[in-house]
Amino acid sequence: MNVSDLADLSIADAAAGLRSGDFTSVELLEAVTRRASVTEAQLHSYLTLDAEGARRAAGAADAAFAAGEDRGPLQGIPLALKDNMCTIGVETTAASQILAGWKPPYDATVVKRLRAGGAVLTGKTNLDEFAMGSSTENSAFGETRNPWNPRYVPGGSSGGSAATVAVGSAFGSFGSDTGGSIRQPAALCGVVGMKPTYGLVSRYGLIAFASSLDQIGPFSRSVADSATLLDAIAGWDRFDSTSIEGEVPNLAGSLDKGVSGLRIGVVTELMGEGIDPQVKAAVSSMIASLEGAGAEIVDISLPSTEYALSAYYLIAPAECSANLARFDGVRYGHRSSSEGTTEDMMSLTRAEGFGPEVIRRILLGTYALSAGYYDAFYGQAQRVRTLVRNDFASAYGDVDVLVSPTSPTTAFPVGERAADPIAMYYSDVCTIPSNLSGDPAISVPVGLDDKGLPIGFQIMAPALGEEMMYQVAGAVEQLAAFTARPELASSEVVAP
Amino acid sequence: MTAPKGWEAVIGIETHVELSTESKMFCGCPATIPDDPNTACCPVCLALPGALPVPNQKAIDGIVTIGTALGCTINESSLFYRKNYFYPDLPKNYQISQYTFPVCEFGSLEVPVDGEPTTVGITRVHMEEDTGKSSHVGDGGGRIHDAEYTLLDFNRAGVPLVEVVTEPDIRSAEQARAYGAELQRIVLALGVSDARLEAGSMRFDANVSVRRVGTVELGTRTETKNVNSLRSLQRAIAFEIDRQVKVIEDGGTIVQETRHWNEDKGVTTSMRTKEESEDYRYFQDPDLLPLAVSAEWQERVRASLPELPASVRARFADAGLDANTVEILVDSPELAVLFTEAVAAGADGRNVGNWLTGEVIAHARREDYPLSESKLTSRHLVELAQMVDEGKLSSSAAREVLTSAMDEGGSPADIASAKDLLQVSDSGALETAVDIVIADNPDAVAKVVGGDMKPIGFLMGQVMRHMAGKADPKVVQQILRDKTKG
Repeated sequence: MNVSDLADLSIADAAAGLRSGDFTSVELLEAVTRRASVTEAQLHSYLTLDAEGARRAAGAADAAFAAGEDRGPLQGIPLALKDNMCTIGVETTAASQILAGWKPPYDATVVKRLRAGGAVLTGKTNLDEFAMGSSTENSAFGETRNPWNPRYVPGGSSGGSAATVAVGSAFGSFGSDTGGSIRQPAALCGVVGMKPTYGLVSRYGLIAFASSLDQIGPFSRSVADSATLLDAIAGWDRFDSTSIEGEVPNLAGSLDKGVSGLRIGVVTELMGEGIDPQVKAAVSSMIASLEGAGAEIVDISLPSTEYALSAYYLIAPAECSANLARFDGVRYGHRSSSEGTTEDMMSLTRAEGFGPEVIRRILLGTYALSAGYYDAFYGQAQRVRTLVRNDFASAYGDVDVLVSPTSPTTAFPVGERAADPIAMYYSDVCTIPSNLSGDPAISVPVGLDDKGLPIGFQIMAPALGEEMMYQVAGAVEQLAAFTARPELASSEVVAP
Repeated sequence: MTAPKGWEAVIGIETHVELSTESKMFCGCPATIPDDPNTACCPVCLALPGALPVPNQKAIDGIVTIGTALGCTINESSLFYRKNYFYPDLPKNYQISQYTFPVCEFGSLEVPVDGEPTTVGITRVHMEEDTGKSSHVGDGGGRIHDAEYTLLDFNRAGVPLVEVVTEPDIRSAEQARAYGAELQRIVLALGVSDARLEAGSMRFDANVSVRRVGTVELGTRTETKNVNSLRSLQRAIAFEIDRQVKVIEDGGTIVQETRHWNEDKGVTTSMRTKEESEDYRYFQDPDLLPLAVSAEWQERVRASLPELPASVRARFADAGLDANTVEILVDSPELAVLFTEAVAAGADGRNVGNWLTGEVIAHARREDYPLSESKLTSRHLVELAQMVDEGKLSSSAAREVLTSAMDEGGSPADIASAKDLLQVSDSGALETAVDIVIADNPDAVAKVVGGDMKPIGFLMGQVMRHMAGKADPKVVQQILRDKTKG
């Protein structure tokens, strides 16, 4: 690995170097751009690179440093955004044909906050269309590949954001997590990925998939960077009614406290059947290390997790069936050119504009909400959601955090699950419960399997328990000492 | 009309009221709709990807005010739902509305019909958002399917809308109209909406069914839309009652459907049947938290309610007015204020009421100016009533003074003397006149003296003629009686 390359620095080190004058923001941007020029051909992690906007922001950051202005730890740091967050004047597609070419007239709240903090936004990363998928194969503009082995998927739906951080074509990135869409690709790409407490981060300007589950969160190469990125975007927003008023958890202070004296629960349902033996072994080994570091380990049963996946695949499609109704060709985006009535125009626009997985979920959700079926499907799923919440609540009465694998398997080959939606849906079995409960969770890389593919370790905490969660994540990171990087990240030595 | 003999109509009414808040229901755009299309819009009310709704607290205040005035229970926690259907002027292709747990439930409204009080139950009052406006161009009956093309204006999209739903308590087209009128009066009195039917800021849908008198089971109902005035509401319902009775009497059955009122032709026509009707797939909107209206908030609204038409009506009736006069006054805010002030200052309610609802309205109409431009004040009315009471003005002279005060202003005493309308009640002058009339009409006087009181009116008239109409008739009558006593 070319350790002297700026693109491989942590955000913390890059921020320190900017302040000591070792390099400029423009140089950091050049480093990640150079990296992207080598890796993108194989990975396709970006849908749009905003070279001009990024250069302007980097120049502005350097000018600010020169003028002694400091707007915080992200000033001058090149970061990438999942392409379902609105960026003013920069194409935002949610990886769907129905939004191809659409340039929002407004910035998402998260984007506004990042700009206000002086961050340099490199571009928009690839995803499963409307964040529906677990492999980034459902993108209308071509799949993203896994940096550790391009024949494998990077996970999804925020596969582009995970891959770009893993390979160094951004210092950090943001994704959205509805059922595991940050944590699962983070696990599969060997980076840190975190889903905040529901309501901690504003959803305003995030193209909705399932409103009661969606949360924006960061990808990074270290736990400390994750806390820095979250801190920059967290906090109440008057444009999102579901955002939480009040203090944002203090994140950075807790990272080095260790786990001595903490009670850590191992979710027994997520350590049994269906979990790949190598994944289970790596997770068990980390649990033993935590015990060795002074934590008390207890087995915790969350019986309702058995039904969580089914409940999720009713609730999320139901919400998406309404959220995606606005894409009708009337006001923006794709409009069918076929002749016909208004209804023809709207339905053809949707038939042409949406990909098969999106259509499958809209149909599923429409059906689940229909008269005569509502109670048996959507109503029942909501009751399961309450049970999941209750299970978590009683568990957190007993333990400080819960742990499990992030994903039941490591990355799978491109195409392997594409034709089998149920197998694909099972990829999120470990992550979905935290979305249903609205609690925070983080994935930290702890090792590689025998194919050289990363394994993620999930830490879950009660609502607004980010501080405790990061404390454990910091310990896991230290104990794992996971320093491996994908070969692609150093391949620029052979590039022209 | 009431239903044909042997039939009973069962009617429920849904009323949409646009609130006149400053901003829209879920965004900061102005709620007053500009003429220039699509100029009062933002990412939220255009449903751009990623935009989210935030409830307008002023609108919630408005609905709580309406619900309180209608005697509803206000739910401390109520829920927003998504009502899903596709239509080009509905930006999200779902409307944020309410379903279970609306803001207000279980109210009632006293509705006077021909002076008789009737009660209409209010099922619920809920909060929702308006749609944009479609202009169908090149069509027959204002429908999208017949249009060549449709223009969309989203200025109205997201304007706060309150829906008031009645129980099926209404039994006639007249009562329906009276209900609509009373609801409009209440909304206007509350000042929460301009409630203009012709402009669509208040609109009715009528649910109508008929059944044979004596049956308990409800008939199949139809819902009639596009009713844009109180008169149309009455006409549309009357038509629908008639149509349904005829269909059933001819051996047919009523189809559950939505019907469209055609104002020009005076008929309702089928829009869509139940089979074609939408399944709205209501579910709780995950973008919005439960809406909390605390007990303190409810109390604040209750304490600041203005006087409502029912109370005004009772007050006016107590002042001695008949039902008809009361209704006219209740419908005219300017006159109601004049009446209230004049009576409070001690004027006789009946005189003032009759003047206001008679000569004042008639004169303003004749002269073609709005009542708001009349210069008449309550002080004038008090003074005028006193002059009539004291016999200084005849009732016809009082009317003349009244119209002059409306046009020009000025005190009734000044007007009366300037116009030489003051009555003579000085008994000396009157006695002389009576003596002359007695001397000139011996036959009539003889009859009166003999106990036949019929000619007294004739003798009165003669005296008045002598006095050029300016004699106080009460005094004249007294003198005449005294002088013709046997």
